[in-house]
Amino acid sequence: MVQLLEVNNLHVQVEGKEILKGVTLAVKAGEVHALMGPNGSGKSTLASVLMGHPGYEITQGSATFLGQNLLAMKPEERSRMGVFLAFQYPVAVPGLTAEHFLRTAFNAHREARGEKPLNPMDFRTLVQAELDRLQMKPELLERGLNDGFSGGEKKRLEILQLAVLKPQLAVLDETDSGLDVDAMKLVAQGVNSLLGFAMGVLVITHYQRLLHYLKPTHVHVMVNGRMAKSAGPELVQAVENSGYDQFTVAHA
Amino acid sequence: MINLRLPMPSQLKYPAGSYQYGFHDEVKPVYAIPPGLSERVVEEISHIKNEPTWMRERRLKALAAFEARRVPTWGADLSGIDFQSICYYLKPSERQAASWDKVPEKIKQTFDKLGIPQAEAKFLSGVGAQYDSEAVYHNLKEEWKKQGVIFMDMDSGLREHPEIVKQYFGTVIPLNDNKFAALNTAAWSGGSFVYVPRGVQVTAPLQAYFRLNAQNMGQFERTLIVAEEGSFVTYVEGCTAPVYAVDSLHCAVVEIIAKPYSRVRYTTMQNWSNDVYNLVTKRAVALEGATVEWVDGNFGSKVTMKYPSVFMKGRGSRADILSLAYAGPGQHQDAGAKVVHLAPDTCSNIVSKSISRGGGRTSYRGLLHVAAQAKHSKAKVKCDALIMDPASRSDTYPTNDVRTREVQTEHEATVSKVGEEQLFYLRARGLSENEAASLIVAGFIEPIARELPMEYAVELNRLIELEMEGSVG
Repeated sequence: MVQLLEVNNLHVQVEGKEILKGVTLAVKAGEVHALMGPNGSGKSTLASVLMGHPGYEITQGSATFLGQNLLAMKPEERSRMGVFLAFQYPVAVPGLTAEHFLRTAFNAHREARGEKPLNPMDFRTLVQAELDRLQMKPELLERGLNDGFSGGEKKRLEILQLAVLKPQLAVLDETDSGLDVDAMKLVAQGVNSLLGFAMGVLVITHYQRLLHYLKPTHVHVMVNGRMAKSAGPELVQAVENSGYDQFTVAHA
Repeated sequence: MINLRLPMPSQLKYPAGSYQYGFHDEVKPVYAIPPGLSERVVEEISHIKNEPTWMRERRLKALAAFEARRVPTWGADLSGIDFQSICYYLKPSERQAASWDKVPEKIKQTFDKLGIPQAEAKFLSGVGAQYDSEAVYHNLKEEWKKQGVIFMDMDSGLREHPEIVKQYFGTVIPLNDNKFAALNTAAWSGGSFVYVPRGVQVTAPLQAYFRLNAQNMGQFERTLIVAEEGSFVTYVEGCTAPVYAVDSLHCAVVEIIAKPYSRVRYTTMQNWSNDVYNLVTKRAVALEGATVEWVDGNFGSKVTMKYPSVFMKGRGSRADILSLAYAGPGQHQDAGAKVVHLAPDTCSNIVSKSISRGGGRTSYRGLLHVAAQAKHSKAKVKCDALIMDPASRSDTYPTNDVRTREVQTEHEATVSKVGEEQLFYLRARGLSENEAASLIVAGFIEPIARELPMEYAVELNRLIELEMEGSVG
């Protein structure tokens, strides 16, 4: 399968403090990589850095997407190339309807591919199909983006965006937090259906629950800014049984 | 104090003795009134317009009031105004003769980007001939005529309906109300005169657009709206295209009289060129059960000071004020609203939104006054400021003067910064930084945009996009 993401010995600082201390990771199309690890180990930092958050300083290492230097691209360029980050804490933009936002984003992607923008009617038809699949109410789209949304609504809207934009690489940053089991199943179904389109996934989670529905092909445990262990799906069980201490100790 | 230099007679290009003989309708003025303000200039303006004596006297009194008052220092910095360099009256023919070539390139580009046809653009720049919309306008005009609605420029209003104008002119905003209202009263030209008879519901908005001609683009417009009992009217003026002013002072007065159970909505959207001092007094009186709504959008200008007001004099009257201000580099928008509750069961609602970026400054200045007799009144003030970058600034100056306990007041103020996180979130979905900033700002002003006529809302969003170009990053 196609090599999507290649991260090599990535070092990242925030305000002089090193958060990522040499991360290496490779994701191919069709693969699901689970990234686990204790709080503060750098998982979300990796997700933000991959998307191009301006608050981080990369001091060493490289990251490429489809062979291109990801780190040299603006966030919007990464998005249009097919990188997607489902945010852990989606930001509210009052007064901007979710639908208008999503259509603008969708058309920005089309434009980048040299396609004509979709008119609001056609876009509504397209998004309605995805809403149905995720069992979401269309009213959500009429409201201000994430404005007054419950935690679960925000996460579902992230997955709706994923489903509409159909990226090649999806980074899910604790998308399962704040979701009940039913919602989680729907989210997993949504992601799984996109795997058929040769999408690669990097899913950050604390819990095994989501991984029941979203079968990982690879599992990584990050501790203190490094990959302490990378293995197959069996690693999930090891984490479940004995926690993260085994890796911290092993590493020390 | 300002030293108002009186021009010597020799400096005036008057034909000898032309102005002191009363009204010379047949005499076409072929001279120009020189810059600067004096009794002579004021009399000359009145003479050219062939006005009744009372108006000429009103102007002269106002001039004295203007001269007696200091430039206010409690608000924006007005020290840059040079009153003696300003032309207080321009013949329409002179406006039209001004050259399109002299309109700054930047403004022309903005017209292009806003998609304003050149004929209209020329007119808006103050250099075009009359903007011809007679065809569209004709049917509406017939309809209004049948209903007895009067809608014309103020000069014609004074000529054709002197008794109505005399009855109401200056009754809401006295000539000595403030320095700039006095200046307007002394030097006014153009503006609109609207009279809606009892019980008449004017369904289509009266758009100043329709009746604009060069004379109405004056910088000392005077507008008077009288809505008789139980009537309804919406008045819309301005547009989002930048108005290029020959002189750098715009000083308008708008008076509204809303008789019992009438409803008047006045919508303005203005975008002055960046060197203009925009100092406007807008006030309405609402009688029993009447509703007055101001929707007021301010873009452009160097300094704007504008606080649409409603004096609720009648029981159960109501004021709704929506104010929007945008300050870019070098601009100060000192805007807000005033509501004065003078009768029981009155209700006011103020929503103010301001955006500052690139070192721009916005101020919300508001007055809430509830008199002792205004029992069981309700007042709500909500002001939100959006600051786009660290160089920009926003302040709030609310004044509350509430003299009864039997009143319900609410005051809410928020200041938000367009955060890196908001921008990043939108960019992470494929929007450029400017697109993201535009969407955030458009969302912020949405509660006001949705109150605008469709075409204005569309223009407003395009204007925001333009303003955001290169604004961040």
